[in-house]
Amino acid sequence: MSIFECRSLTKYYGKTKALDNIDLKLEAGQIVGLLGPNGSGKTTLIKLANGLLQPAGGQILIEGEEPGAGTKAKVAYLPDRGFLPEYMTVEALFKLYGDFFKDFNTKKADQMLEGLGIKKTDTLKKMSKGTKEKIQLILVMSRDAKIYFLDEPIAGVDPAARDYILRTIISNYCENSLVLISTHLIADVESVLDDVVFIKEGRVVLHKAADIIREEEGKNIDGLFREVFKC
Amino acid sequence: MEWIFEQGRPIYTQIVEQIRINIANGTYEPGQQLPSVRDLAMEAAVNPNTMQRAFSELERDGLIYTVRTSGRFVTEEEGKLDILQKKLGQEFIEDLFEKLQKLGMSKKEIMDAIEEWAKEMK
Repeated sequence: MSIFECRSLTKYYGKTKALDNIDLKLEAGQIVGLLGPNGSGKTTLIKLANGLLQPAGGQILIEGEEPGAGTKAKVAYLPDRGFLPEYMTVEALFKLYGDFFKDFNTKKADQMLEGLGIKKTDTLKKMSKGTKEKIQLILVMSRDAKIYFLDEPIAGVDPAARDYILRTIISNYCENSLVLISTHLIADVESVLDDVVFIKEGRVVLHKAADIIREEEGKNIDGLFREVFKC
Repeated sequence: MEWIFEQGRPIYTQIVEQIRINIANGTYEPGQQLPSVRDLAMEAAVNPNTMQRAFSELERDGLIYTVRTSGRFVTEEEGKLDILQKKLGQEFIEDLFEKLQKLGMSKKEIMDAIEEWAKEMK
């Protein structure tokens, strides 16, 4: 059984078809890139996986189950916008996550925090965008989840913070989990990806291993992306 | 160590190449323990599966070997290291010849140019 599966998944926003009969199977032990331009349906797909939206047609399955209370406990979500109360301190956030999620590993979070020079008493409000991103990532990656959905984890963030975020994703690799990174910043992220999924206007137009694409196309994923999504 | 990957070629292939060069030039010495897959993947900023694939290939070539509870080590077999040096040498020479031939040089012109260069180098 695939850890994540979409079967003829369709979603409308009013009359607009945001996702059009998506068929997709992803396996554990992979870091997969969900790549597409803004508005292609990436965030819609992730929200459906998290049970924040309901499908109009078809199914979306987390370890064979439809999104609900059971799957929410195994799925970790890092949204593309700040989703935490700005007034909270790092310490309070760790506690909040610990209370909310059984699988939150406070020790791991503390370890990841070390060496970042951030005080537990600092509030999010005081932090730069890059630092906020790191805190959000630490919270999400400190959960022992089956699937991690990271929506634009490196957008608008400086190169050093980007490196930290990618290194953290690599170091947290687990062969029993799936990490799905949704982004349009392909060049920065592609060396970290096993498989690559191109999503265009709500349809999956490509699903292949990154190194196979490099071999067959003689291009990087970024290069192929530019071709496939040429305006 | 700085890992730089060329575009348009599989990453795992380039990792294999880089590690072979590191073994040949002594950066990784015979018998030396290599960093874990995860650590090296982090250093190179690549997917751990990609790094694992590279390690498997190097193991198949006999350049590294696994000691079950300890990790991976560079081979100490002189024979293997000699073969490696020869192989890498041939690959570089092939690459050089290809490039110079593209510039329109004949085999003899290439050999003469190399000899001259070597003379001046001393």
